[in-house]
Amino acid sequence: MVPTSYYILLSALLFTLGVVGVITRRNALVLFMSVELMLNSANLALVTFAMARQDVAGQIVVFFVIVVAAAEVAVGLALLVAIFRTKHTTDVDEINALKG
Amino acid sequence: MELIIFLITAAVAITGAVAMLLSPNAIHSAIFLLINFVAISVLYVLLYAPFLFAIQLIVYAGAIIVLFLFVVMLLGAERAEDTRERFAWQRPLGLTLAAILLGLIGYIALRGPTSGATVADQQFAAPERIAEALFTTYLLPFEITAFLLLAAIVGVVVLHMSNHAGSGG
Repeated sequence: MVPTSYYILLSALLFTLGVVGVITRRNALVLFMSVELMLNSANLALVTFAMARQDVAGQIVVFFVIVVAAAEVAVGLALLVAIFRTKHTTDVDEINALKG
Repeated sequence: MELIIFLITAAVAITGAVAMLLSPNAIHSAIFLLINFVAISVLYVLLYAPFLFAIQLIVYAGAIIVLFLFVVMLLGAERAEDTRERFAWQRPLGLTLAAILLGLIGYIALRGPTSGATVADQQFAAPERIAEALFTTYLLPFEITAFLLLAAIVGVVVLHMSNHAGSGG
């Protein structure tokens, strides 16, 4: 058996990598990918706890998280395309005005 | 045996994540993210979650990555980003804060039980059990996700339409 804490450590590491991506990268698409990475690491922790407690509720939560993530990506990427049409960039440092 | 599979899969997942962060080309980032997603789906199999394994592959590795690749290629955003730093202290500070975060979460994770949980019933999360819970206890949240997806569809269409109106098209 793999100890539960190994999975939690892996989840923590992946979450931290996602945070590093959001902080250091400036391509808005890569920022979105880093957010997805963080969502995935949280999902991994939830599934780990679901197994440790033999409770299916944790996996139901992960299912809902995946649904919300799919909706978030669809709307977020549509926003990015809309921003790109006016600003012609995906660099978040260049997107600094509320009015396009 | 299980531990060996876990270690290999974890190494693949971490490598995919690090490569995603380091590659300057956004298309390569999306492909490395795909590797990471597939590795996590393998971990779901190890955690007795066959339903989430399938969902992870279909929704994340399938739909979301394809959407990312499509938008990256549509916008032509795959070129290397400007590496000039606007704030010289931003990157070191961010890495320091991330290291502190990792230390905190890791400390809390290691305080938990280090032995593996004994799985009495390997079928506790069989797809039938998940369906049973989803359509009884969690029926209301399940219906709300339908509204959420509808709102997302309408939102994307409205964003596209207002864009056309703005450019006079």
